[in-house]
Amino acid sequence: MQIIINGEKRTINDDTTIAGLLKELKIDSQRVAVELNMSIIDKADYSRTILKDSDKLEIVSFIGGGASWTIN
Amino acid sequence: MDDKLIIAGIEFKSRLWVGTGKYKNFEETKKAVEASGADVVTVAVRRVNITDRNKENLLDYIDPKKYKILPNTAGCYTAEDAIRTARLARTAGVSDMVKLEVIGDEKTLFPDNEALLEAAKVLVKEGFIVFPYTNDDPIMARKLQDIGCAAVMPLAAPIGSGLGIRNPYNIKIILETVKIPVVVDAGVGTASDAAIAMELGCDAVLMNTGIAGAKDPIKMAEAMKYAILAGRLAYKAGRMPMKLYASASSPLEGKIGG
Repeated sequence: MQIIINGEKRTINDDTTIAGLLKELKIDSQRVAVELNMSIIDKADYSRTILKDSDKLEIVSFIGGGASWTIN
Repeated sequence: MDDKLIIAGIEFKSRLWVGTGKYKNFEETKKAVEASGADVVTVAVRRVNITDRNKENLLDYIDPKKYKILPNTAGCYTAEDAIRTARLARTAGVSDMVKLEVIGDEKTLFPDNEALLEAAKVLVKEGFIVFPYTNDDPIMARKLQDIGCAAVMPLAAPIGSGLGIRNPYNIKIILETVKIPVVVDAGVGTASDAAIAMELGCDAVLMNTGIAGAKDPIKMAEAMKYAILAGRLAYKAGRMPMKLYASASSPLEGKIGG
């Protein structure tokens, strides 16, 4: 099935959880926030949230920045 | 000198707060942050690069256990976007602090005050410790105080401009208008600008380009550290009154040939 991660289409296996996806993408779950279809998912729910076809995910973390002008 | 800065129950070790944008690399960022003596470090919230996972993470260099990470909502042009970004930042981070920016215009990066106030109201209700980036308007500062912001962060000059404190009188009026801490945010170009902000009585200064944009950012970071300390000390000392004419500082009594 296909989902959209950070605006890009990606094919994943059925029954993939958020925790499983983060592991597959080699992303440290402690340092990110995940939004599923515009709702933020609690870290505690990553392992029990199963992704569905056409889900929209946003995975964000911190980058260097001071204010709007100064983003790397 | 017992001169602690406490905001929303949090003790801040330094009155210099620094951003982490515009540096050549993370190594330089780390060295500049260390040289500045800052313990508040601002960061932006952005999408993780899922195709290139070898990219280094800023937090490998700036230890969240050592520094207070202050996420910003830089690049947000609506209250909704800023609220969404703040919520994501809280989930990704370790604290409820957020430097709230709602930008009104790409060219000036001046804040959209109406949207800022709207976003601040929502976030304060959700338990965020809100540090709003605002213009140097005392009325706006009062409104932000009244809805429960932890501090106000008036700009000294446009973000990244390095023009210094463009309107010290407004900053002074803001200081007299609000009871919450005032942190000058944006516009500081060199050490004397930072000292002026502190001499006016501001509680802290947040800067990024003033350090990162210097030829030698690490040296400038150190210069800023001393400027903040000197400015604060001068404020506490209370400057002498200005006079139009000279007033001799050496006694005339005992002068030779008299």
